[in-house]
Amino acid sequence: MARLLILGAGIAGQTAALHARNKLSSNHEVVVVSPNSKWNWIPSNIWVGTGYMKPEQVTFSLAPVYAKSNIIFHQAKAVSVHPAGDSKSSLSFVTIEYTLPEKLGQTEKITYDYLINATGPKLNFDATVGLGPDKNSLSVCTFTHAHDTSKALAGVIAKMKKGERQTLLIGTGHGNCTCQGAAFEYLFNVEFELRRQNVRDKAKIIWISNEFELGDFGIGGMFLKRGGYVTHSRIFTESLYTERGIEWITQAHVKEVLPGKTIYENLDGEEETITHDFAMLLPPFSGVGLKAYNKNSEDITSQLFAPNGFMLVDGDYAKKPYEEWIPGDWPKTYQSPKYKNIFAAGIAFAPPHAISKPMTNPNGIPIFPTPPRTGMPSGVMARQIAFNIADMIEGREAEPKRKASMANMGAACIASAGANFLKGTAVSMTMYPIIPDFKKYPDTGRDLNYTSGEIGLAGHWIKHFLHYAFLYKAKANPFWRIVPE
Amino acid sequence: MSVRKPFEQSYYPPVPTKLTKLFRTNLVWQFFRFLVLNIRMLRMIRKH
Repeated sequence: MARLLILGAGIAGQTAALHARNKLSSNHEVVVVSPNSKWNWIPSNIWVGTGYMKPEQVTFSLAPVYAKSNIIFHQAKAVSVHPAGDSKSSLSFVTIEYTLPEKLGQTEKITYDYLINATGPKLNFDATVGLGPDKNSLSVCTFTHAHDTSKALAGVIAKMKKGERQTLLIGTGHGNCTCQGAAFEYLFNVEFELRRQNVRDKAKIIWISNEFELGDFGIGGMFLKRGGYVTHSRIFTESLYTERGIEWITQAHVKEVLPGKTIYENLDGEEETITHDFAMLLPPFSGVGLKAYNKNSEDITSQLFAPNGFMLVDGDYAKKPYEEWIPGDWPKTYQSPKYKNIFAAGIAFAPPHAISKPMTNPNGIPIFPTPPRTGMPSGVMARQIAFNIADMIEGREAEPKRKASMANMGAACIASAGANFLKGTAVSMTMYPIIPDFKKYPDTGRDLNYTSGEIGLAGHWIKHFLHYAFLYKAKANPFWRIVPE
Repeated sequence: MSVRKPFEQSYYPPVPTKLTKLFRTNLVWQFFRFLVLNIRMLRMIRKH
């Protein structure tokens, strides 16, 4: 009997758990550890944040799903990894601390034969003074944050209905944020909601971002064939902002959020202040803070994790300038080079470097997006890791054979720009590969036959359909495997 | 709402015509685009 232990039950963790359970014979165990009792379809949190959806529509309880799927579930947070065991046993184990109310605070050791770290990010609100829902800004990162944000939005809409003008600031709350796409979706859904409620003329909406230009999205933007031209996504994005009457500030590092006021530095090193009545600013991400110890209980965290807390895998982490980056730097199997039975999927793996070009202002503050690795890529890599581990456990392979490098992977992304079945729109994007390859695709970095983008109602229909399809799949309902990652 | 002010950031980007905007929510055209977009995404998935 072998045991696969999966830390985290987000998109990557859930995908890995279901595929591994499906591939492994019943004498092997699949164990999931997650501090959350509910699964959350995070891409729809932006709709919770405008009130279009309720939290119950984007979540479900994990325990019943795992019970019916023959997956062991511990509602707990992982605290430390002990790849070589401890002084009493040489079995690899993870120490967990329960968040389940009945066992709150109790710790336990769970041994493993294979480990997948799919813990996702720590929402690092502390990186910026005053940032976060406990302080002076709002968030849509979790369904509870998004629900609170929808109440705040309803408050400013009520003021607008009384004739008050309101300023809404939406974007990224630090120079190294990722997930510009989520903030972008929230921005346009808010703008749509204000129009729906006939108060758009009372609102000034400002986008603030660490992108060098609009349309970067942490992937350096992308080129599209449109109207007889090969055009950068910046042009289309600026067009959409202009059409919807949204002002934008790019190249910004938010350094402090005060009540009603945000202070930021730009790439020129200048400090600026914006006043606002509503601020939804996403935090930067870091690893969840897992520690690692060797057999003698000595701290070996730096051997398994990068300084930002993300797990080191089979990427090329050598420091090199942007001009020397190559697609081959990106990990392929997500296997830890130090411990071959440990893997990391989704946001939990440490990217070798950014995708967008790093920029630093004269004060030494880096202002550029860190690479996104959520959604489709996260699911694909989790599936391949699960298949590789199943092959090794069942004795079919001695090492991971399946690869899922973001340099050889495409992505489809639907970014909502207003939720309504007849009047809504969404930007539908595809790109291949995710990591630009300027050697293979000079000038554009990506294959123009597979890289596309357009806005329309059809995108909204697809986004809405995918919402239900992915919830259906995550619940492990019959034929869940036909829903792709 | 008109947002373009000369020599400000919104002065320079292209903006869609009324016809382009109409097509974005035209049910017949968007049903066709729905099919096209799904095929496009399936092609992407098949590359994995």
